[in-house]
Amino acid sequence: MSTFLGMPAPPPRSPYGTGNLRGDRAFPRAAHDELGNEQLRRNLGRATGTIRAKRLSVTGELSDWEALRDAGSAIKTDTMNRLPELLEQLERKVTERGGTVHWARDATEANAIVARLVRATGSDEVIKVKSMATQEIGLNEHLESVGITPYETDLAELIVQLADDKPSHILVPAIHRNRDEIRQIFRDHIPGVDPDLDNAPAHLAAAARGYLREKFLTTKVAVSGANFAVAETGTLAVVESEGNGRMCLTLPDTLITVMGIEKVLPRYQDLEVFLQLLPRSSTGERMNPYTSLWTGVTPGDGPQDFHLVLLDNGRTAALADALGRAALNCIRCSACLNVCPVYERTGGHAYGSTYPGPIGAVLTPQLAGMHAAKDDPNSSLPYASSLCGACFDACPVKIDIPSLLVELRHQHTEQTGVTPEKLAMKAAAAVMRRPALYAAAQKASALGRVVAGRDGTISRLPPPLSGWSDSRDTAAPPRETFRSWFSSDEGRATLRAAAAERNSDHNEEDAT
Amino acid sequence: MSSARDTVLGRIRDALALAPTPAVVVPRDYRTGRALPDDERLALFTDRLLDYKARVHLCTADRTAEVIGEALREHGARRIGVPAGLDAHWLTGYDGEVREDHPDVSPAQLDTLDAVVTGSAAGCAETGTIFLDGSPGQGRRALSLVPDLHVCVVDLSTVAAGVPEAVARLAPERPTTLISGPSATSDIELERVEGVHGPRTLVAVIRTDA
Repeated sequence: MSTFLGMPAPPPRSPYGTGNLRGDRAFPRAAHDELGNEQLRRNLGRATGTIRAKRLSVTGELSDWEALRDAGSAIKTDTMNRLPELLEQLERKVTERGGTVHWARDATEANAIVARLVRATGSDEVIKVKSMATQEIGLNEHLESVGITPYETDLAELIVQLADDKPSHILVPAIHRNRDEIRQIFRDHIPGVDPDLDNAPAHLAAAARGYLREKFLTTKVAVSGANFAVAETGTLAVVESEGNGRMCLTLPDTLITVMGIEKVLPRYQDLEVFLQLLPRSSTGERMNPYTSLWTGVTPGDGPQDFHLVLLDNGRTAALADALGRAALNCIRCSACLNVCPVYERTGGHAYGSTYPGPIGAVLTPQLAGMHAAKDDPNSSLPYASSLCGACFDACPVKIDIPSLLVELRHQHTEQTGVTPEKLAMKAAAAVMRRPALYAAAQKASALGRVVAGRDGTISRLPPPLSGWSDSRDTAAPPRETFRSWFSSDEGRATLRAAAAERNSDHNEEDAT
Repeated sequence: MSSARDTVLGRIRDALALAPTPAVVVPRDYRTGRALPDDERLALFTDRLLDYKARVHLCTADRTAEVIGEALREHGARRIGVPAGLDAHWLTGYDGEVREDHPDVSPAQLDTLDAVVTGSAAGCAETGTIFLDGSPGQGRRALSLVPDLHVCVVDLSTVAAGVPEAVARLAPERPTTLISGPSATSDIELERVEGVHGPRTLVAVIRTDA
């Protein structure tokens, strides 16, 4: 039943040139332009600050938050280990309950399946629940190219779609737009909208409600993603706030759900973990307003024709990487985006992928590769980080994003052959292996103080290190190396004083 | 050529063979099996519901009809939908038009209703969540979604302390909806707005002795 013929082969990445897993320029260039957008930085600063505070307050409420993270992380690891059997079980359960399961190797195949299923209903339009998977494969563009009109129904996705824009955040895709811009987008693109519409968020939301209500009530086909799928029971889950998800999932005759193969969970009970981790991590709420759980088809309630499309599109390539596979544990909560100092300043567009921010910088090269083209923009993503570690602390399933970024940087320098950075690292390794040379190099590096400015930083290094200094300031080397300080009179005296202090502390402890 | 199914499953098996990781045991040290006294569960549940901008009415079971009638009148609901199997006694305090739902009622017809009255399957105090599972008295999912006002009766005895205790009360095969307050969005500058596509008003009638 499998193509396993002796030696296992590394699975392919998402094919080059399809979907939305690659920007058209490297991160530093894209970020440079975004940094010039003051409005974007103001919006992002306020939004991420607010959401960070909310998240900390609601996660702090749970005395067992760390135990939930441990459980969530272990459930996902267990899932990846048993993925074939879990997917087969999911397929069996969904089929038993009257659903149909489809498998898609990549974006092109998934798009073709969805288009064929929509055509079979006779409809030339679909309503859509916000979904990262369909954004990743570029489903909307494909449906339009074959004459099917997709309507995004999440308010933020609607704003993005009407403006012919791209999402910039996993959770709040239109976070880069302010209320005045949104009012203008609605006035320009919603037929029959009140020309006196003001910029109050409540009024803008009401305008979207009025526009979409007719679509909800009359469209016969819906497309969604899934937050979770339970192998044990065949139950699918969509987590949302506005009710647009519930509308799409229950009012049409046909429902097509596109889901990455990594979203499966072993047991129904596992929902008790993720229904606590996800809302608190993503919006900082104790629970999102609406969650829909459905299992196949229920006679007399909801769509009577249900299709589940299981998507690979590079996920198996990520799975085959011993370290990188942890990125597949991601539950798309966006907590890492909201704590990231780099994302907060550049916004999501600079990453060029459906998945921005720290997790995007890891997941995107994993799914689509970073050497598929000359100067592949994805090869710049592992460097789009200060490695401060805030994303690791925030991740509800404990993905060690900083370590994965470092590993991807390593893979990048290995792959790209001779670069100034690789030469420098090689030279450093050779010097560090030889103590005498190392000591000499340390003395020489004190010369760096001469080229440093008054603030003690070097803003421009000579080639071959200029690539490094173009994007960051370098701290000047210290006046004295640790080794030379250690062997000086001052160093010895300090160490003696420290040892004496430590001994007297011990004596005090003994006395009490 | 092999099917996409066989190809994808083959790729997964190859990937696992190339990068095997040790089996893990899932630690479940988080809080489960909590049982709080009635007054504590009620206080917590009410506090969370109000935090989500739901309206909360407390009553004893014998005052159910009276409280539902008041809530519908207060919101000017003149035509309401109810699921088959709703306790007929619950509507004796209401004098408007009542339509009993069935699967052939179209979404457009649901849109002509001012309100819907349903029961519920369970609740979760810690998150202020109400669970509907389509059992008699709760109706199909569309019914509690399209009308603008949802009056939902919750028996305190079905309200669990936390999420694990509430999930344990669910029947996986039933289509289930978790509701925490009315419809809401924070998509415009992260400012929360109640009421987008789902019901703009949620009234929870909590029966403290049922």
